[in-house]
Amino acid sequence: MAPITARGSNNMSASTPKLSLGPILYYWDRDSVYEFYRQIAQTPVDIVYLGETVCSKRRLLRDQDWLEIAAQLEQAGKQVVLSTLTLIEANSELSKLKNICNNEQYMIEANDMAAVNLLSGKPGFVTGPAINIYNSRTLQLLASQGLRRWVFPVELSRDTLADMQQQRPEGIETEVFVYGRLPLAFSARCFTARHHNLQKDDCQLRCIEDADGMLMSTREEAPFLVINGIQTQSAKSCNLISDIEDMKQLGVDILRISPQAKSTVEIINIFHACLHGKKSVQAAAIELEALSPTGTCNGYWHGGAGMELAEQHLNKTSSEA
Amino acid sequence: MNDSNRKMELVCPAGNLPSLKIAVNNGADAVYIGFKDDTNARHFAGLNFNDQRARDGIAYAHQHGSKVFVAINTYPQPSGWQRWQDAVDHAAQLGVDALILADIGIMDYAAERWPDLRLHLSVQGSATSQESIDFYHRNFGIQRAVVPRVLSLKQIKSVCENSPVPIEVFGFGSLCVMVEGRCLLSSYVTGQSPNTFGACSPASAVQWKETDAGLETRLNNVLIDCHTKDESAGYPTLCKGRFKVNNNTYHAMEEPTSLNTMALLPELQQAGVAAIKIEGRQRSPAYIEQVSKVWRAALDACQRDPENYQPQASWLEALEQVSEGTQTTLGAYHRPWQ
Repeated sequence: MAPITARGSNNMSASTPKLSLGPILYYWDRDSVYEFYRQIAQTPVDIVYLGETVCSKRRLLRDQDWLEIAAQLEQAGKQVVLSTLTLIEANSELSKLKNICNNEQYMIEANDMAAVNLLSGKPGFVTGPAINIYNSRTLQLLASQGLRRWVFPVELSRDTLADMQQQRPEGIETEVFVYGRLPLAFSARCFTARHHNLQKDDCQLRCIEDADGMLMSTREEAPFLVINGIQTQSAKSCNLISDIEDMKQLGVDILRISPQAKSTVEIINIFHACLHGKKSVQAAAIELEALSPTGTCNGYWHGGAGMELAEQHLNKTSSEA
Repeated sequence: MNDSNRKMELVCPAGNLPSLKIAVNNGADAVYIGFKDDTNARHFAGLNFNDQRARDGIAYAHQHGSKVFVAINTYPQPSGWQRWQDAVDHAAQLGVDALILADIGIMDYAAERWPDLRLHLSVQGSATSQESIDFYHRNFGIQRAVVPRVLSLKQIKSVCENSPVPIEVFGFGSLCVMVEGRCLLSSYVTGQSPNTFGACSPASAVQWKETDAGLETRLNNVLIDCHTKDESAGYPTLCKGRFKVNNNTYHAMEEPTSLNTMALLPELQQAGVAAIKIEGRQRSPAYIEQVSKVWRAALDACQRDPENYQPQASWLEALEQVSEGTQTTLGAYHRPWQ
């Protein structure tokens, strides 16, 4: 595989990737969700993923509410994708999943193999970051079942993506998670309920109190992870702004930003400005660092530990630009 | 697929040839092993089987009426693909009884290249419903699925009833609180995860340090826990550390306990569970001996008379002695909700 420095400088096929907004991973009240998407409709984001992906007990928005928001976003020119639950255990969750997968108006994002199975053979679906597509043969098999777009798993490196892009089946779009706290693990246990000394079946939906999740620090006060119900996230926000030139060269089609309680609109605007040459990568990196709740990281993309921040790459990319 | 009259199989771990023989001698119906590289989820130094050891182990097990399964249950990336493909070919040529696989691409390869070889879906495949198991059955003809340790007994029953293939569940051993195959905590801190490298919280990243406050355990410099002299310091698996949330320092994710479902055997049998899996390929031959012996006795007792079955005090005592954290739990199996 070609090292970064050997990339062709005359690659004219590199086009500007689209921007997407991933599903809201936290539990926000109904009004906040409506207001959030009212603002998102005004941003230059191209694709919006909607729906509850973390916990089936979060039901402040009903299916028809999501569809109403979907219609509003579509009217504003956004492509809407309906996202589905990441951990399917109970039969009630399976029935709800089947309902969503039967929707023929919007594309569906599968986050569990149950959804992939239900969507197989249908016109086209997306796999989210929790579906383990780690090699070309997996990507090809899913493409043969109707996959149209995949989100690159967050723990893999740009070198692996480079290899996979070379073998990418015809018509498949590649999306990369470029900004936000990383979804790292899922459990049957609710860590938010555990923190409040509540049983999961009597959790009182206390996760609604933490719009960006609950910070978990080490015993020496270093921000480490974030508790978000049954999901565990990184405390640091993944930020691949310094690597978007690399992604263009790799033929990445879509860059995903993950919503946070504050400043999501500004973050979208920063990425958009950077993608269209209206803001330098360095300026964008500095602004994004300030907007991240507890710092940034980009280690996975560079082949290291996810929590690391490979800053030398920032200088390299900017000198190439 | 519900066949509650079937005898539940005892599937025991073996990290080396002596352990395999001990498991077979103590009543394992099947033993699962891995090769000496990152193609399996217990990729630890000094563990696992080279070609000759695997040959000897398979011959020994087959002579004594036990089966051998080979776990090739990590996720290959393009740069390492050949190693996984070779592992599948190697296992097939050795005449193993089943492969335990997680990756879709590898399963596709195995099903195409070795159509007569029995395939099991690994717990690392994260299948928690009949619908996801159906994907692997429909595409690759898997004949068994191992389900994650997050399901409750009620959910296990439902999956057994509706799954197109028999179900294997974990009965005993170390407990993953996260869904297997969907936990990246280890690579976030160290760059290596069960999915990519076959190890969680790898030993090469562990640091131990005596300080005035106590014994610090770190993983790639991140403080996982600090133990005073009266506390026993366990291996710093990162989900089992103590962390600070809103000024409380506690086991924010998981207490260091082990799973033990021995009390639930009649219900698991009634649910139609096909096999009980014991965790611990990384554990000593002494552990394998205790656990195989006790679980063989328990499964036989349950099979003979499920209605009057009760775990014997001596069994539980023997298991407590080899448990991590010397405290056992029913895990998610006893959850009342849904």
